[in-house]
Amino acid sequence: MHSGFTHFHRRAFLARSTQGLGAAALSSLLNPRHTVAAPLDGVLSALPLPQKARRVIWLSMAGGPSHLETFDPKPKLAEMDGKPMPESLTKGQQLAQLQGRPLTCFGPQHPFTKFGQSQIEICSLFPHLGSVIDDICLIRSMTTDAINHDPAHMFMNTGSQIAGRPSMGAWITYGLGTESENLPGFVVLTSLGKGGQNQPIAARQWSSGFLPSKYQGVQLRAKGDPVLYLTNPPGVKREVQGGDVSAINALNRQREAALADPEIATRIAQYEMAFQMQASIPDLMDVSGEGAKTLELYGCQPGDGSFASNCLLARRLAERGTRFIQLYHKDWDHHGGVKEGIAMKALEIDRACMALITDLKQRGLFEDTLIVWAGEFGRTPMSQGNGRDHHNKAMSVWMAGAGLRGGMVHGATDDLGYAAVDKVTTVHDLHATMLHQLGVEHNAFSFKFQGLDARLTGVEGARVIREILI
Amino acid sequence: MSLAGPLFPVLMKHTLFRQALVVLLPFGIPFPTGAAELPLPSKIGFNRDVRPILSDNCFSCHGNDPAHRKAKLRLDRREDALDREAFVPGDPAASLLVERILSTDADELMPPPDSHKKLTERDKEILKRWIAQGGEYQPHWSYGKPVKAAVPAGRNGVDFLVRKRLEEVGLNPSEEADRRTLIRRLHTDLVGLPPKPSEVTAFVNDPDPEAWSKLVDRVLRNPHHGERMALGWLDVVRYADTIGYHSDTPRNVWPWRDWVIRSFNDNKRFDRFTIEQVAGDLLADASQESRVGSGFNRLLLSTEEGGAQARDYEQRMLTDRVRAIGAAWLGQTTGCAQCHDHKFDPFTQRDFYALGAFFADISEPIVGRREDGMVVAAPAQLAQLAKLDAELNKAKAGFEAIRLQLEAAQTQWEADVALYGVTLPELRPGAAAVAAEVQRAKKAAASLAKEAKARTRAEQEAVRDYFLARGTVLFQAERDALSKAQQERDAFYNPLPKCLVSVSSAQKRTVRILPRGNWMDESGEVMKPGLPAYLPRPVVEDRELNRLDLARWLVSAENPLTARTVMNRLWKQFFGIGLSKVLDDLGAQGETPPNQALLDWLACEFMDSGWDLRHMVRLIVTSETYRQVSIPTKEQLALDPYNREVARQSPFRLEAELVRDQALATAGLLVPEIGGPSVKPYQPDGYWENLNFPTRTYDADKGAGQYRRGLYTWWQRSFLHPSLLAFDAPSREECSAERSRSNIPQQALVLLNDPTYVEAARAFAARILSECRGDSTARLRWAWQEALQREPEPGELATLLPVVEQRLAGYRADLPAAEALLKVGLAPTAPEVDRAELAAWTHVARILFNLHEMITRA
Repeated sequence: MHSGFTHFHRRAFLARSTQGLGAAALSSLLNPRHTVAAPLDGVLSALPLPQKARRVIWLSMAGGPSHLETFDPKPKLAEMDGKPMPESLTKGQQLAQLQGRPLTCFGPQHPFTKFGQSQIEICSLFPHLGSVIDDICLIRSMTTDAINHDPAHMFMNTGSQIAGRPSMGAWITYGLGTESENLPGFVVLTSLGKGGQNQPIAARQWSSGFLPSKYQGVQLRAKGDPVLYLTNPPGVKREVQGGDVSAINALNRQREAALADPEIATRIAQYEMAFQMQASIPDLMDVSGEGAKTLELYGCQPGDGSFASNCLLARRLAERGTRFIQLYHKDWDHHGGVKEGIAMKALEIDRACMALITDLKQRGLFEDTLIVWAGEFGRTPMSQGNGRDHHNKAMSVWMAGAGLRGGMVHGATDDLGYAAVDKVTTVHDLHATMLHQLGVEHNAFSFKFQGLDARLTGVEGARVIREILI
Repeated sequence: MSLAGPLFPVLMKHTLFRQALVVLLPFGIPFPTGAAELPLPSKIGFNRDVRPILSDNCFSCHGNDPAHRKAKLRLDRREDALDREAFVPGDPAASLLVERILSTDADELMPPPDSHKKLTERDKEILKRWIAQGGEYQPHWSYGKPVKAAVPAGRNGVDFLVRKRLEEVGLNPSEEADRRTLIRRLHTDLVGLPPKPSEVTAFVNDPDPEAWSKLVDRVLRNPHHGERMALGWLDVVRYADTIGYHSDTPRNVWPWRDWVIRSFNDNKRFDRFTIEQVAGDLLADASQESRVGSGFNRLLLSTEEGGAQARDYEQRMLTDRVRAIGAAWLGQTTGCAQCHDHKFDPFTQRDFYALGAFFADISEPIVGRREDGMVVAAPAQLAQLAKLDAELNKAKAGFEAIRLQLEAAQTQWEADVALYGVTLPELRPGAAAVAAEVQRAKKAAASLAKEAKARTRAEQEAVRDYFLARGTVLFQAERDALSKAQQERDAFYNPLPKCLVSVSSAQKRTVRILPRGNWMDESGEVMKPGLPAYLPRPVVEDRELNRLDLARWLVSAENPLTARTVMNRLWKQFFGIGLSKVLDDLGAQGETPPNQALLDWLACEFMDSGWDLRHMVRLIVTSETYRQVSIPTKEQLALDPYNREVARQSPFRLEAELVRDQALATAGLLVPEIGGPSVKPYQPDGYWENLNFPTRTYDADKGAGQYRRGLYTWWQRSFLHPSLLAFDAPSREECSAERSRSNIPQQALVLLNDPTYVEAARAFAARILSECRGDSTARLRWAWQEALQREPEPGELATLLPVVEQRLAGYRADLPAAEALLKVGLAPTAPEVDRAELAAWTHVARILFNLHEMITRA
């Protein structure tokens, strides 16, 4: 039950942390590397499956990237350019802005090239990704239920189109906890594209829903406080802040003795954790120690707030034990100008994605980090002016790392890229596969909510995509 | 030792039981038994013992939903179970059910292993014993009418029924808490603001035996009582200032929030409160007040996203409304019946869409901007608006008479411009035109360059605006009259408060059962409004039901759910947990309340009193049960760790809004105005950067709006104010009956660093220095009284005195640091106060504001 589990975590946390708390002194508070509060544990004490992935980096391409200008070559569509879309494909189907309009084929706007030993064909705008294609598992047969941005993001993140469900990052930290001593277990970073089609993203996308609030995603911001309210008030130095926190905890401890309220001990631990975060997060965000070579690899400048910078931060978070790292890069909503739009997006993400894979590999983190690249839906092979409309019957996503086969393509769409037809996969399948790699049996991982055993993978059934696993 | 079975429904789930061990071990209490050894009740109760097991493990395949039913077996009804020979009453050994749950063959075992459901040994024993005792069923506890237990004359029903239970389970009630704790508890629960030290002293020293009762009456008359009561209701009906989906743009609803506050302050009877919300526009005596109440129907999520399909969102809105009725009044989870019959409760997909059909008459844009809404104003203002509208209409009529002539003139003018290649005068070199005029001319010229037929609406308007302003002198008087009338009307209309309300349309939307909830599928049956078939309901055959019928049924004496649902939530406000702990589900997957007699008695008393909510509040807070201490004894922790039997009170953290209110009130900054447009407290820059269409900047309030109570905070659904969010305020995208109470590091960061709290500390420090003229010890004692209404303990003084000295020394040595700290927030500081001293005491105030005690109701 809901409140029951809340208690469970709080108290389990307390039971462990009390041993270390009594002796906590200012000196330990002032040392960000010295841990007093224990890292968060998950509810799954023993994992039912072998754990291939210890963490996830999820690259959310917000707006809905066109599969037809990224990862799904369609020469037939090029031939059909300007001709009416065969009605047999589209009749009675769910469309967004094109509903009720004449439907015309719109050929791919960029050429495709074969890359790597695997000779996988992807859009020529992504040569850096091409250079690591043998590490990537490309799924060309992904589908989703939703067709508008907001519900589609919810579906991709929570497995449901109804608000109030936990995001996958919350599910995973709830189940597995975090390995980080003084950083949140679920971190979100966002970046804007230069094209101006920056779709809004609601904080519910990283909400803990009906799970306890401590599993909600914490957004790290490029400007201002990296975490909200992280910085001391003006004029208050770290020693002074530490002194105040010590005094608060000392006073709370005196009440704790009289009241026997276990919440007080938790409160004390959380003040210590907050004070540590005030040091550990700036330390995380400070990339000045990264060499010029690394910055060049990613193609970013410190503090520029770019997707590339966020990829670098994702690697730093991975090193520090954060469990679920989610990056949003916006501006993929190409109703018009898909040709120029995708070219711009490619410049923003191509090198950075390659850099992330390369950097994780050279640091030995690639084998146990699962990377997922996905939008919230695909786009129509039919034209909308010189762009494409939202589309939920076909999209391309890729995964890499932790036990995934590299250099492979899974599934296919029809000749025009309208609908996934071979090895059709769903968002629930994607979630199930991710959980599987994390060592979690998705059907057995549930939380009682409104009388149901609610699962990330929903009630309709989901399938681990075993074909793509090593 | 013996643990009576009925005491431990919560512990039947062994995970919860183990967690009790975790709690208890640090206190060094030996715990006598593990979960498997919990003694079985000698007499098995179906609702208490059996239904939870069947519901959780069996009903999803053998329950109410025929589409998912396996082997044509349903176990939720005795006759059906016996029909299929599921068990033999009185003979477990001959019962198939027992054979299957005990089977060692994975193909035979129930529940099947791939369901990931598993019966405990105790569950199996209960089922066996239940069959041995005859396998009797009971109707689900909440679907029958509540029965009112007899309470001896002169006894408080709450106390009588709580004590009766305590005797059964072998617990003793606790003593009464001290008076300072009591008055703080009462103020928090009924007003949400701390009592003044003088009020505490007066109550502590009041020798009148009726002192408590007098205090309760006084606090119930406090005009801020309505604000406190509103918090829970605003959550459960998902009140917010923005539409929710995608662009999450503003809408006009705050007068509805004020209507809620007013309703609680006036103790509007709950039946009327309900009827006005669901159907206040349909009442024979519909008034501005009742119509504002009907704004309830408009609180759902909506979208302005381009490309959103009307039928998709029509469906989302229907389901949103059904879930709201289920959550707010019925305590039923209805959402799953959007796609299929409920698996656990008798609520069907048919019930779902029939309930949704009640709202098919509400006029509203399905996709796109909400309308302004109804003007909410005094009669004189409405009369003035009507007069201005009439004048505007007259001017429009006057203009209409000449419109055709003007259009003809415009056509001629455009033709001339084109024929002679006229450059508009403002665009000629050296023209003496101001920027706005040039701009207007540029727009017109650009539009004129296009074929008249190819112009967009905006381009057509650009040409017409220019023509009327500069291209013609025809009918100048009529045009001036129109423009003046429009301006006058707008100037009066724009600032008037407006509220989205229900307006019934004769053109009702067609509601169909959507197979698997798919809005593209139009094959389902068309549904008329109808009440859930599994609940008692009036038979009406000669006309179609409407929202008023629904509203009246919700609060009819026949409805077994509403009063229980509302009383269960009310109980949580005063004891921290519902009598049935699952507030949003009184169905099979919820919890049969351990003290069902008490919940039923409260529900009956509520209805018998004429749905008098204040009567119920008074009954609860004047009980001895409410006034108990909240510090548990070891025995209580061992026998009743979650305080389900209320042999004591419980401490719990304040709601997010009240955390803010405590600090502002103590600081003396609180502006106690009631109602009005939502306000914008300080918020970190860039927090709204992910909003778009349009992008938005957050303009924090500069004056009184900065210091209002937390419940008036602008409720941006997709990005709720982060300091409220940190303390578990819900985004109100869905109805939520229960707020979690987390304890997370972000809360510490808010209280330490949010400018709201730093400013409050600085203001409180100024009060300490100006209102208490003693030495540091005296000032600390004064501050303790103001913040916590008690004397500090010697150890507490000893902790803070050195902090005062250190901070003072530190700031004397670094005055710029003091200045920097004192600049946080907009509230002025008295220039004559010593800066170092003020800064040093700001730290003291800040430490107090961060104390667990400050944000906890004991």
